[in-house]
Amino acid sequence: MAAATRIRVPATARRGEIMELRAIIMHPMENGFRMETNGEYVPVHIIHTFVCRYNGAEVFRARLEPGIAANPYLAFTTRATESGTIEFIWLDDDGTFEVAAATVEVT
Amino acid sequence: MTDPLLHLSRRTALTSLGLGALAVMALPGAAQAGDAEMEAALRDLIGPARASAKKGRILIDLPALAESGNSVPLKVSVESPMTPADHVKRIAIFADRNPRALIMDVTLGPRAGRAEVGTNIRLSGTQNVSVYAQMNDGTYWTETRNIQVTIGACDSLLLRF
Repeated sequence: MAAATRIRVPATARRGEIMELRAIIMHPMENGFRMETNGEYVPVHIIHTFVCRYNGAEVFRARLEPGIAANPYLAFTTRATESGTIEFIWLDDDGTFEVAAATVEVT
Repeated sequence: MTDPLLHLSRRTALTSLGLGALAVMALPGAAQAGDAEMEAALRDLIGPARASAKKGRILIDLPALAESGNSVPLKVSVESPMTPADHVKRIAIFADRNPRALIMDVTLGPRAGRAEVGTNIRLSGTQNVSVYAQMNDGTYWTETRNIQVTIGACDSLLLRF
């Protein structure tokens, strides 16, 4: 499922500086407790895992549960070590995944 | 002109209504299997280490009252130097009255710089939000915050009215 994502990564950072990263994906995060008018529950459909990689090395991982609000938003930090790519990956219940990436220049 | 007698009886009626509502709210775990679910989630995720979890070092930034439980901003920070020798490696967030007690399980390391995470969570009603943070030496720290929720996230409109 192609979903819109929005990420925020600083364009430049000083070496050793702590950067704040933010990521959001448009996703209903169906929790399985919502009932339709026909009396049937909408099946669970969530993003179950979020991973952030900095030049290929994993720096942050979160297991998400239905207790996360729709359009899951995550804000976290990482230390600027070198110029390169910061990659955000969302794994969906239906087996698909979504990737967004941005580059940061470390001086 | 207000009849003092009528006024009095109205007040008495309101007071007893209020007391009744309080009594209902005080019923432990009314209509929810919260405690069992919370216990199971803690057992599965933290295991026996939770008995030795110490209170403190965690700051839970959560509003005291939320109108709707559908999206409640939450920020968790753990006091830690985040060096390879001393860092937080895991932050687990639970809500004890949600149908699924675990909300999020975060894995991080010294590269994070600061042990903090912010997100928006769903809450099924007024309850306690607990955070367990595991340090690299395996010890756990914990903190709990209470939040009042006016309308829970799990009821669909059909059930609510």
